Amino acid sequence: MTISSDQDIVLARQKGRSLALELGFSSGDATLIATAISELARNIVSYAIKGEVALKGIQGSNRVGILVIASDNGPGIPDIRQALRDGFSTSGSLGLGLPGVRRLMDEFEIVSKPGQGTTIGVKKWRP
Amino acid sequence: MEVPILKQGAVLIATFQAALSDADLNQLRSALVQQVVRFRSRGVIVDVTAMDVMDSFASRTLREIAHMIRLRGAETVIVGIQPEVAFAMVQLGLTLEGVATALDLEEGLAYLNQKFKTTK
Amino acid sequence: MAKRDESSELLRELVAHLRQNRTQLREEWVVRISETRLLTAMTKEEIFAEATSVYDSYVEALETETFEALQAYARNLSERIIPRGVETHEVVGIVLLLRDVLARSLFAKYQTDFKKLNRILDAYEPAANRIANTVAVGFVQERERVIRQQQEAIRELSTPVLQVRERLLILPIIGVIDPQRARQLTEQLLRGIRTNRAKVVVIDITGVAAMDVTVANHLVQTVEASRLLGATVIVTGLSPEIAQTLVTIGVDLGKMNTVGDLQGGIEQAERLLGYKVMALAEPS
Repeated sequence: MTISSDQDIVLARQKGRSLALELGFSSGDATLIATAISELARNIVSYAIKGEVALKGIQGSNRVGILVIASDNGPGIPDIRQALRDGFSTSGSLGLGLPGVRRLMDEFEIVSKPGQGTTIGVKKWRP
Repeated sequence: MEVPILKQGAVLIATFQAALSDADLNQLRSALVQQVVRFRSRGVIVDVTAMDVMDSFASRTLREIAHMIRLRGAETVIVGIQPEVAFAMVQLGLTLEGVATALDLEEGLAYLNQKFKTTK
Repeated sequence: MAKRDESSELLRELVAHLRQNRTQLREEWVVRISETRLLTAMTKEEIFAEATSVYDSYVEALETETFEALQAYARNLSERIIPRGVETHEVVGIVLLLRDVLARSLFAKYQTDFKKLNRILDAYEPAANRIANTVAVGFVQERERVIRQQQEAIRELSTPVLQVRERLLILPIIGVIDPQRARQLTEQLLRGIRTNRAKVVVIDITGVAAMDVTVANHLVQTVEASRLLGATVIVTGLSPEIAQTLVTIGVDLGKMNTVGDLQGGIEQAERLLGYKVMALAEPS
């Protein structure tokens, strides 16, 4: 779904929560997933003005999970290592919140180049 | 989305709903500060029981609300954070540091009453 | 396209036949079920009642060529019969029996027209197999859900959050903690704070041998999350090693409420809650 306004952030996380519940995630996990989606969508609105969030149920070797892909054609992230630096006691409202999103989910992948936009893929598996 | 702000004596109670957008939260922040000034309230309770997700913007807005209200001489208490939401928040590193929290409305009022006694 | 239309046409004819002969085919199926000794956990009346619903759902799925309703029904049925002790092989067994009973009746009806029989079977078989699959998968999914629930309940029982006094909870942590258990402890504690309206929680880690950075992080998160629910946390039983680990990950021990041992922690909790702590007089 297209993300360009703050209302879209709310929609994205609501969709994420209901998909997670449909896939059989517990309510607690669904909250974690919805929160991660909210942060990813929020980054798009704040830094790239417009982008996409895609949600999908996925199959693993013998488990079920959810895949979230947030992509945009925004300015890109110049120093990914810096953005992912996990200062554990930071207040989290600074910067992109990417370390936080990584903690919320099980798998995290990011591709970003200045001038070429950013794509972030995260997965969470149902135990 | 309109968020109701109720007045109970010297305390204002704002009950947040589930799907509040950034614009809603900003509007709420202004409204609360206005009301505190208007009624010369001494305390504000923000009830987030219905919020199923608390992200960095919501958390920052709550801290700002508490800060701005403190500048007007009143105390803020956030109540009703759900166990799952609290768990997600700490994973994200959002701790609402510097803002008073309580379990629910009842506890929040008890906290404020205690505060009023000791500061008056 | 023509093939598809023909297939639908044949299915319609098939469905009509199944509806017309509903009573007798269903009866035949129920007889086969008891012959093969399936569903022994259920009474004859129950089997008959369920058989009727299954038969009708089966025919409806064939007719509409959609399977959502059947899936929902399968889940529903499974929810009811799993507690009765019905097993997977029984459910798969009876659905396959129905498939066979219906197939046989098709042989009987079209025995004089071999070509037509073939065409009808071409239409019937994929649909029938899909139905068997849908029901079996629905049953298995429901079973897995029940098992997960039971496992969760067992885990909860083995990690107690104790209410010692009003508004005071104690969480003794013993043994080795892996990240999954740590996470579960946190969730249980937070739920406990809410249910018991606890204002103070004493987390005792005397029984924890060693703590790695991941679990130490979990502890810090638990303390922070508890505060968001309005509860104060006192950590007791901190060994020098664990204290060191916490400092390593950047925890300001000055900010964390720590007391040497559990007894001391409870006393401090009671003070926080406003209880008076009185020492008993020594017997002379």
